[in-house]
Amino acid sequence: MSEAVMEPGGTAGVVNDFARDKQVFGVPWGKAMMWIFLLSDTFIFSCFLVSYMMVRISTTDPWPNPSEVFGLTAFGYDVPLLLIAIMTFVLITSSGTMALAVNMGYRKNRKATFWLMVATAALGATFVSMQAFEWTKLIMEGVRPWQNPFGAAQFGSSFFMITGFHGMHVTAGVIYLLIVANRVRNGFYERCGSNYEIVEIAGLYWHFVDLVWVFIFAFFYLW
Amino acid sequence: MGYVAIADRDHDIEHHDPQTFITKYIWSQDHKVIAIQYGATAIFVGLIALGLSAMMRLQLGFPDTFSFITPENYYQFITMHGMIMVIYLLTALFLGGFGNYLIPLMVGSRDMVFPYMNMLSYWVYLLSVIILIASFFVPGGATGAGWTLYPPQAIMQGTPGTEWGIVLMLASLAVFIVAFTMGGLNYVTTVLQARCRGMTLMRMPLSVWGIFMATVLGLLAFPALLVSAIMMLLDKGIHTSFFMPAISSMGADPGYTGGSPILFQHLFWFFGHPEVYIVALPAFGIVSDLLSTHARKNIFGYRMMVWAIIAIGGLSFVVWAHHMYVSGMNPYFGFFFATTTLIIAVPTALKVYNWVLTLWEGNIHLRVPMLFAIGFIFTFIHGGLTGLFLGNVTIDLPLSDTYFVVAHFHMVMGVSPILVVFGAIYHWWPKITGKMYHETLGRWHFWMTFLGTYAIYLPMHYLGFAGVPRRYFAMGNTDFLPDSAQDLNAAITISALFVAATQILFFINMIWSLTKGPKADGNPWQATSLEWQTPDTPPKHGNWGHDLPECYRWAYDYSVPGYADDFIPQNVPASVAPVGRDHGGAH
Ligand code: HEM
Ligand SMILES: [Cu+2]
Repeated sequence: MSEAVMEPGGTAGVVNDFARDKQVFGVPWGKAMMWIFLLSDTFIFSCFLVSYMMVRISTTDPWPNPSEVFGLTAFGYDVPLLLIAIMTFVLITSSGTMALAVNMGYRKNRKATFWLMVATAALGATFVSMQAFEWTKLIMEGVRPWQNPFGAAQFGSSFFMITGFHGMHVTAGVIYLLIVANRVRNGFYERCGSNYEIVEIAGLYWHFVDLVWVFIFAFFYLW
Repeated sequence: MGYVAIADRDHDIEHHDPQTFITKYIWSQDHKVIAIQYGATAIFVGLIALGLSAMMRLQLGFPDTFSFITPENYYQFITMHGMIMVIYLLTALFLGGFGNYLIPLMVGSRDMVFPYMNMLSYWVYLLSVIILIASFFVPGGATGAGWTLYPPQAIMQGTPGTEWGIVLMLASLAVFIVAFTMGGLNYVTTVLQARCRGMTLMRMPLSVWGIFMATVLGLLAFPALLVSAIMMLLDKGIHTSFFMPAISSMGADPGYTGGSPILFQHLFWFFGHPEVYIVALPAFGIVSDLLSTHARKNIFGYRMMVWAIIAIGGLSFVVWAHHMYVSGMNPYFGFFFATTTLIIAVPTALKVYNWVLTLWEGNIHLRVPMLFAIGFIFTFIHGGLTGLFLGNVTIDLPLSDTYFVVAHFHMVMGVSPILVVFGAIYHWWPKITGKMYHETLGRWHFWMTFLGTYAIYLPMHYLGFAGVPRRYFAMGNTDFLPDSAQDLNAAITISALFVAATQILFFINMIWSLTKGPKADGNPWQATSLEWQTPDTPPKHGNWGHDLPECYRWAYDYSVPGYADDFIPQNVPASVAPVGRDHGGAH
């Protein structure tokens, strides 16, 4: 086609803009791939959550009240969902430090990027530890994947499965962040000229894991 | 590392050239080698599945004759046959095999965007195959739950393979999904982000469109299978009750309570229906290119073909419950799913019309790939029409779980894609190996396969109408069936064994070609798309020598009026040859 061709407008124009040669999205390959992966992962978590809702509806035994099961006693008061509130707070804070790390990366501030990523990983690790604490507490109270003293067995099954799967995502994220952080520290990305986009890509994953938690929180703990 | 992979680094190509035999052919990151590894492994397991179908046919055709086929074995054969054919053969071959080979060559890039991950994808796939095959040899043998793996029977005593077979099957599927995801992310990103200059999306050959859309479907549908596999493993392994209702098994209470078997069916078919299109869309795309090339005509309605692929892909996510009419559902649901199912027939029919119109007044060369492509049109129309029957609730209810269904899905997703697979192998064989195959032998292979499969599946429709049930080891005392049903079954078995045996022609041909075949020209079919314009045949690592190609036109400039040759390759500039119909947009 020669340069003189008229550009179509309207929907055809939108289609043409996306179909333009070489790249559909003006982003690095890794970032595009991460977006696509996260879309796929969204479907995994959606399937988990929808399945949870369906077994919750189909089971014949009563569903335990999450605010009671997940309550903690602090300073002599029974506070519902106390631990979960703290966990959620920690995870959302880690999204904040991650966003700062990305920003510092683009400013080529290696040291700040490194430390912010380490902070993010530390917050993530804190989250996983608190999750482990909560698992232990429930197990001590007799909740198992196949039974639970408060009512429907599916409560324990869904809880351990979904938080376990999410916890694995967080753990993998912590490891991923630490690897990238180490490479930021030793200047690897400057040598191969990739301009710290990898920090942003890791950040995408991290924000996604946080976002998923918000949904788990809403559907499992608040409903 | 990072996003800087080899497609952008011309000067590094020498660097990347693998040196030793091991890095060149085994731990290879070259998409072409990975494609061949995928293809060879898939065909190997496919042969196992073919062998299993022969055993089933022996039993059905000549009951009480073969003592080594017990009812338990029969169920194991049926399950493994179905699962291998659908997932480990067709999905792996179309996406891992053809996807890997064709995408970078057709869009003009040097490789996939992340070659290392691409290599891992193959090795993880191989692992899943090994786990799958191992399940034949564990205590209790492979699972006999049927390829749909419906609980509760998939994990309840009485079904073969509930000890370890089902566990290995689910594990193998999970591993397969990991492998597919690693490959699939590569295919999608390569198509979206790494095309050569001028290769707009609307200039891509339809093969790439079909494989691309199928991969997208895979990335969105396999999650449902993964989740159901995890949940069933938990039900089986630690006695959760996701899918298991309170149930008593042989007088004992296995201790399940309150789960939902229907939930599994929803998850399975939310994956399962798109899966049908995961094997169909690449076939649609490839067959379009075969027809156009060998009819020396541009594909009819390119733009419509692309939109049809996209529409079919989207719609395939909202039809899943047409597999569950007999499970019982709200009539409004049945109405909804029947409607969406019939709507999907519209873009599908458009594609069929376009294929036929592509042939119309074409300069048809009945070479082997073309024969297979035309054979596909027949079998696909055939299977598509019976699909309309089964899509309607009231007609499906009596036909469900009869041989009518077996005939339908074998025509539409068994025979049709397999014909395209053969057509595609013959078509790209000269490019892949640099050798020509034996034309006459190829024609024999086509005619025996094509006519033979009709001899197998056409009678099955009648068996279905007569009420012969699917998944039965033997008929038993079914008075309503005429004795002739058994004669028909015997005839079908003979045809099936015949078809299975004729596949040897294909392998003889390939071996002949590799050893004695004449050297192939770089572009023996005088095709336009970029993979035929590589400097070397077979293409070397990096594909394009020093310079990446540039694309100036769509992939279908055949018989452009006023030009001497009847084809103009995509990398010929507009200043050299006229541009036919081009939907690609300015560049
Ligand atoms: C010559 C080739 C083939 C023959 C003779 C054959 C034969 C059979 C037979 C006898 C059954 C069992 C039917 C029953 O008793 O209900 C079956 C089931 C099946 N076949 Fe094939 N088949 C062939 C190729 C294929 C291919 C290429 C596919 C790929 C999609 C395929 C997919 C299936 C599936 C999904 C099932 C259902 C398994 C189940 O019910 O769990 N088959 N086949
Ligand atoms: Cu379907």
